[in-house]
Amino acid sequence: MTETTRKALSRRTLLKGTAGLASLAAGSGIIGAPYVKSADAKVLRYLGTAVNEGDDISKQCLKDTGIKIEYITATTDDVTKRVMTQPNSFDVLDTEYFSLKKLVPSGNILALDAKKIKEFDNITPVFTKGMTPGGKKIGDQGTAPWKVLYLEGKDSKTFSKTATEFVTLIPTVYNADTLGIRPDLIKRPIESWSELLNSEFKGKASILNIPSIGIMDAAMVVEATGQHKYADKGNMTKEEIDLTMKIMTEAKKSGQFRAFWKDFNESVNLMASGETVIQSMWSPAVTKVRSMGIACTFQPLKEGYRSWASGFCVSKGVSGEKLDWAYEFVNWFLSGFAGGYLNRQGYYSAVLSTAKANMEPYEWAYWMEGKPAEKDIKAPDGSLLEKAGAVRDGGSYEDRMGGVACWNAVMDENDYMVRKWNEFIAA
Amino acid sequence: MPGPVPGIDSARGFQHPATPADRARALLRPRFWPSFISWLQAGPMMLVFLAFFLVPLVFVVIVSFWDYNEYQLLPAFSGRGYTDTFEGCVAKLPELCTIGRTYVKTVELCFLVWAITLFIGFWVAYFLAFHIKSKTWQMGLSLLCTIPFWTSNVIRMIAWIPLLGRNGLVNSALVDVGLIKQPVEWLLYSEFSVVLALVHLFTFFMVVPIFNSMIRIDKALIEAAYDAGASAFQTLVNVVIPLAKPGIVIGSIFVITIVMGDFVTIGVMGGQQIAAAGKIIETRLNALQFPAAAANAVILLAITFLIISMMSRIVDIRKEL
Repeated sequence: MTETTRKALSRRTLLKGTAGLASLAAGSGIIGAPYVKSADAKVLRYLGTAVNEGDDISKQCLKDTGIKIEYITATTDDVTKRVMTQPNSFDVLDTEYFSLKKLVPSGNILALDAKKIKEFDNITPVFTKGMTPGGKKIGDQGTAPWKVLYLEGKDSKTFSKTATEFVTLIPTVYNADTLGIRPDLIKRPIESWSELLNSEFKGKASILNIPSIGIMDAAMVVEATGQHKYADKGNMTKEEIDLTMKIMTEAKKSGQFRAFWKDFNESVNLMASGETVIQSMWSPAVTKVRSMGIACTFQPLKEGYRSWASGFCVSKGVSGEKLDWAYEFVNWFLSGFAGGYLNRQGYYSAVLSTAKANMEPYEWAYWMEGKPAEKDIKAPDGSLLEKAGAVRDGGSYEDRMGGVACWNAVMDENDYMVRKWNEFIAA
Repeated sequence: MPGPVPGIDSARGFQHPATPADRARALLRPRFWPSFISWLQAGPMMLVFLAFFLVPLVFVVIVSFWDYNEYQLLPAFSGRGYTDTFEGCVAKLPELCTIGRTYVKTVELCFLVWAITLFIGFWVAYFLAFHIKSKTWQMGLSLLCTIPFWTSNVIRMIAWIPLLGRNGLVNSALVDVGLIKQPVEWLLYSEFSVVLALVHLFTFFMVVPIFNSMIRIDKALIEAAYDAGASAFQTLVNVVIPLAKPGIVIGSIFVITIVMGDFVTIGVMGGQQIAAAGKIIETRLNALQFPAAAANAVILLAITFLIISMMSRIVDIRKEL
C-alpha cells in the first residue's frame, strides 16, 4: 500500500510538472490549453474567491476522496470576468448567486443534476423556499437565491420558477452582512442603517466601492432615513438610482466619508486604526479586527441585513470522468467537514445537519443558536476568537437569516448604475 | 531618418577590387548587407512591439466601437461606449460632466506630481552629476536611489498609511509637540497624500534620465562659461538646462504616462474618493462592459498622447539624442 502510494505520488508529481510545462508552453491556458490527463491523479481546478478556499478544506478533501483541488483565487469581479473570457481555464466554479444573471445567459457554465447530490433534500430552506428552518420568511429583494436556483432544462438559459432537477449553483456558503461599528469610540447604541449618514460621524464613515454591493448598502441607508421606499432595492429604476446616488453624493461632498474601501484588508485597516467608526463590513473582517484586540461589533440593525450566498457549478467544458469527480467533490463538500469549518468562521453552511455533526456542541450553541459561549471560541486555525461567555453579534441563525432584508444583486439597469457610481466617485 | 548611408555605400562601391569574385562580392555587399543587418538588428524589437503593443492597441480601438450587453461583446458597430462616457457633457454646461471632472482632476494631479518630481529629480541629478567628483561615489549614490525599488510599489505606498493616519505617527508627534490640538485629517485620504505617494514612487524615474543627460555634458563647456564670466545661475540656465533637456523630457514622459493611467495609488491613498481616468476603466472592466472600458482607454491614450506631443514640440528628442 505504502509502496504503491509512493510510486503514484512520484508519478503524479512528475505529471504535474509536465502539465505545468505544457500549459506554460501553450500560454498558461489563456488559449485553453488541453489539460494533461492522467489515470491516477484526480485533479479539479477550482475557481473562486478566497472565502471558501481554505487549505484545510483541500487537504481534507484529498484525504477523503483522493481529489486534488487546485485553487484559482480571484476577486468576485475577476471570477465573473474569467468565466466569460476563459471558460476552459477552470473545472469547478464557486461563485455568488447574483452573478448568475450574467453567467447563465453566457452559456459558459453547466447546471448540476440535483438527483446526483446526496444531501440536496437536506439543503436549508433558506435556498429552496426563502424561509428559515424555523419558518421565518426571508426578504426577497435583489437576486435572492431561490429566484435563480433552477433552470428550465439542462441547457436552458431561463430560470425556472418551480423546482426542477437542474440546479444552477449547489449552495455552499452564505451570510448576512450589516454595518460594522467601533462601540468603544461611538459609545452609544446604534440601531439603524441611517446612522451611516449621521453628521455625528462626519469624516468617520465608510462604504464599499464595489458598485453592485455598495449600491445595496446605500439603498438600505436611504430607505432607513425615510427618504424613499424602494419596490425592490436590488432592481432599481433609473430614477431610484439617481435619487440614491444624489443622497450619497451630497453626503460625500459634505465630507461624511473618510474613505471608501475595496478589499477586505482595507476595511480591516480603516476600522482597526480608528480612521472610521462606522462602515459597511463583512463578517470575517469584523472577526479580524477583534482578534487584534480592538472592539468591533457587527451591529444588527432594525431594517435588517443585506445577504449574499454562493455555491458550486462546473465549466461547460467539463464532462466524462471529470464531471464525476466534480459531483464527488460537491457531495464531499456538503458532507460536513467543510460546513463545520465555514460555520466556525462565522459563515453559514448550506447543509446544517452535516455541519452540526462536525462541530462541538458548545461551538454549535455559540455560532448557530446565539447562546453564550460555554468555553473559549477558537477559529479553525486554533487562534482565540471569543472568550467564554461571549454572545455572537446578531444572535442565532434564525434571528440573523430571518432578518435578511435584501440580497446582493445585478440590476436590469446595471449599466446605468455603474455610470452613476463613477459619477459619485468623481463628485 | 537616414536610411542606408549613401556616402559610405558609394565609397565602398568605387574601391578597386582585384578579382571578379571580389568585384561581385563588393557589388553585393553595399546594396544588400547593411540594410539587411540593420533590419535583423531592429527586427526582434519590432516584432515584439508589433505583437504586444500595436496589435492589441488596434483591438482595443476596434472593441471600443462595439456594442455590449450584460454578459458579452456584440461585434456590431456602436458608438455607445463613447456616447455613454460623454453623457450629459453638453446638457450640463457650464457644469462639468463626470468624464470632464475626472480628467480635470487627473490632469491636475498629474501636473502637480510632474512639477514636484521634476524639481526634486533635477536637483538630485545635478548633485550626483556635478558635485560628486568620484565615479565610484556617483555609482554608489545612484544605486542608493534604487533601494526603495527593492520592495514592491504597493508596499511603498501602503507604508505611508500608518504614518499619516488620524492616529498615525505624524499626527501623534504634532499633537505631542503641541503644534496642533486635534489630529489633522487632510494628511491621509486626500489629494495631499496622493501627490505625496506618487512623488515618492516616481521621482526616481526623473532622476535617472536627467542624470544620464547631465553626465554627458562636457565639463569644458562649464569651465568655458565660468571663464567667460557667467554666474552660477547663468551657467545653469544657459548651459546645463538646455543640455539636460532630453533627460528632462524623457523623465517627464515616464512620470506623466504613469500618473495619467494610475488608479491604484490614487485609489489607496485617496481613500477611493478621488476620481481617476484609470479608475473609470477599471470599474467598467469589472462590470464586464469591455467596449465602454476600451472607449475610455482610447480617450485616455489620446489625451496622454496630446500632452506628450506638446512636450516633444518643446524639445525634439530625436534630434537631441
